[in-house]
Amino acid sequence: MTAPALELRGISKAFGSVQALHGADFSLAPGEVHALLGENGAGKSTLMHIAYGMTGLNRGTIRVRGAPVSIRSPWDARALGIGMVHQHFTSIGALTVGENIELAVGRRTGGRDDGRTETALPARLMEGLPKGARVDTLTVAQRQRLEIVKALATGATILLLDEPSAVLAPSEVEELLALVREFTARGGSAVLITHKLPEVFLVSDRVTVLRSGRVTLHAPVQGQTPASLAEAMIGHASARLIADVLGAPDLQVKRARENLAPAGTAVRVGDIDVMPGELVGIAAVLGNGQRELLRAIALGRGTAFVPEDRTTEGLIGVMSVTENMVLGLDTDPRWTRGVRLDWSAARARTAELIERFGIRALGPDVPAGTLSGGNQQKVVLARALEQAPRVLVAENPTRGLDIQATVEIHDRLRAAAAQGVAVLVYSTDLDEVLELSHRVLVVHAGKVREAPKGADRRVVGEMMLGLGER
Amino acid sequence: MSGKSLRATITASVALGAGFLVLAVGLAIAGYDPFLSMGALWRGAFGSWYAFGSGTLVRAVPLIIVGLGVALGFRAGAFNIGAEGQFYAGAIAATWVGLQVAAWPGPLAVGAVWAAAAAAGLAWVALPVLLKVKWGVLEVISTLLLNFVAEALVSFAVTGPLQEAQRVYPQSDPIADSARLPTLAGSRLHLGLLLAGGLAFTLWWVFTRTRAGFRLKAVGTGPLAAEISGRIPVKRVVAFSLLVSGALAGLGGGVEISGVTYALFQNLSPGYGFTAIAVALLARLHPLGIVATGLLFGALESGALGMQREAGVPAVAVQVAEAVIILVVLLADVLARRAVSRQPVPQEAA
Repeated sequence: MTAPALELRGISKAFGSVQALHGADFSLAPGEVHALLGENGAGKSTLMHIAYGMTGLNRGTIRVRGAPVSIRSPWDARALGIGMVHQHFTSIGALTVGENIELAVGRRTGGRDDGRTETALPARLMEGLPKGARVDTLTVAQRQRLEIVKALATGATILLLDEPSAVLAPSEVEELLALVREFTARGGSAVLITHKLPEVFLVSDRVTVLRSGRVTLHAPVQGQTPASLAEAMIGHASARLIADVLGAPDLQVKRARENLAPAGTAVRVGDIDVMPGELVGIAAVLGNGQRELLRAIALGRGTAFVPEDRTTEGLIGVMSVTENMVLGLDTDPRWTRGVRLDWSAARARTAELIERFGIRALGPDVPAGTLSGGNQQKVVLARALEQAPRVLVAENPTRGLDIQATVEIHDRLRAAAAQGVAVLVYSTDLDEVLELSHRVLVVHAGKVREAPKGADRRVVGEMMLGLGER
Repeated sequence: MSGKSLRATITASVALGAGFLVLAVGLAIAGYDPFLSMGALWRGAFGSWYAFGSGTLVRAVPLIIVGLGVALGFRAGAFNIGAEGQFYAGAIAATWVGLQVAAWPGPLAVGAVWAAAAAAGLAWVALPVLLKVKWGVLEVISTLLLNFVAEALVSFAVTGPLQEAQRVYPQSDPIADSARLPTLAGSRLHLGLLLAGGLAFTLWWVFTRTRAGFRLKAVGTGPLAAEISGRIPVKRVVAFSLLVSGALAGLGGGVEISGVTYALFQNLSPGYGFTAIAVALLARLHPLGIVATGLLFGALESGALGMQREAGVPAVAVQVAEAVIILVVLLADVLARRAVSRQPVPQEAA
């Protein structure tokens, strides 16, 4: 038997008093795609950060191609042929695509010895990614692709992908997975951190599931079912529920139709009407004007906004959870005393919300940046709902979240609608839009059209591409 | 003492020790007697009531006031590097007003001088604010460049409109007695110290207890999130913080005129506006910390003169110690951040 491409044995890691990993084992065979599944805070990102040298480990050993190694920084990892695609974009907006690649590679690829890294990259990887374009002019999908290109450009043979499909449209996800497959077909090995069960079944050879820092499953994908994976992720108690929501192979669009609009005024913005208590989904391919539309609506009075990028737009990572709660609510009478802010009142309310929203945080005073993605998003949503809005606009509200957190966020959005808020949700995940919404609006080339009642994935998909437009 | 402030205290002690050690070694290499020099430095700063009250404290006052101004801008992420220029603008205005108010009662005259100085500092930063808000011109550059303009303006003033009546030296006439700050008997220590302390306390209160302080912090640490929150006018907050920052730096100039020099001349400031940046950063923009770091740098500057008098060491040599102190503190910051990301596990390490 050949040695694993990457092997992690007995990895333990604690952050302060929080034990993130308890003796976790992981092994990646050459040429395989290995799915790494787990809930928020299960330790999957931490495990991969250790393999990439971003985080130190307290105990355990790492072997690369059979040889014990010490990986103390991403430089070490890259020297060993390990590349990583991070959950958040790491490219510099003011530089061009080519310059960002050069930066990642660590030497100039232009000029005299042009060609070496160029040929190392499959040409189709650069499709639709103009080298001279400034990164801040790219779409989200292009930026995501650039992240992968950068990792491969360093000559990586082991690729760690941290939820790379979180921001992509369905067709783009397929392209991405095809790229990963191509990479492993040429001898590379890939770890795919994900929480989307369909992707596990689509591309992975084996799967490892983490729960609370321990490995609960390490097996070939063949023979697994959505329910068995869900159970390994969250244990017996709630496995049933999760499998119902996401696990079914072809998802039925269940629509809550019971008494839609209670008497009240419609909120009208451009050509969109959303009734109080209604949950309207927006479906669109990236770059069709939906972002501008949503942000225009979000500026309105009585409107609360859950922005797409929670780490830069939703929260301020260095500020405490309390301070983030007050952000946008700093005129709230509950803690405003003239020019003063009553921090103890705000703190008490934040503690309540942490409790009520099930936010996993050590308390209201910890910096928001130390929370996991799902918990950060709950803070953003809790704050939005604290504003007692008439309209709630949410942009990709579950981007990068695991199943449990996704379900919780969905429940909150539904509950907000049930309480009479007009909720407008845009998601790049069409299934999510269809699942959540009472009505679906499709934005194509800046025009808004309503999808027919009960329209399925295919019909809405065609509308998103502008087919059948009169 | 909490872990955080304990660490800060240790850092400060190490930084001070390293700064003086490097200075002493450097002086020895350069052929000075390090023991005599360091002793002179101490005596110049703390050796007598006169050295402390009329040297250290008098120099700390402008550093604290201007340092608070710098910190206010930095808090909102607005890098006002032009405090030196605003200090001079304030000094010019203070001198001009100070020459007109001979007939006024003292408190009114002083108030007028201070108000004019603050207004001039504010006006001096108004152009960079306008450029930043309208066209996104970096305030770092525009405020820095206006420093040179302000220095040239002082030269012009003291050789032209504000030159003394005899027209011999490039300096102004002394301001009216009514506009001068009361001093503590037998020293040069003036009322400005109370002003500096009061301002520090006020800013501390504003930063930690008020909505305005919260908005400054939000804009400084997460401008995009502040903007998206839809409730914070980011540009207005930045503009406001820069304007008040300039006003404080200008006030520093006014206090120097009304409390120390009583007249305007070139090189009135030994770089207070620049040292104040170090004062603010070393205190991590904390207003009460700025009082401490302002005193430290005041002591260093005062001690430097003692060193020059007694040991013949050029006063600028003390900048070596200042630089080392700043470097050590910055290094400690980096190390602390790295320690957090690679924290060992207590239960497993034990």
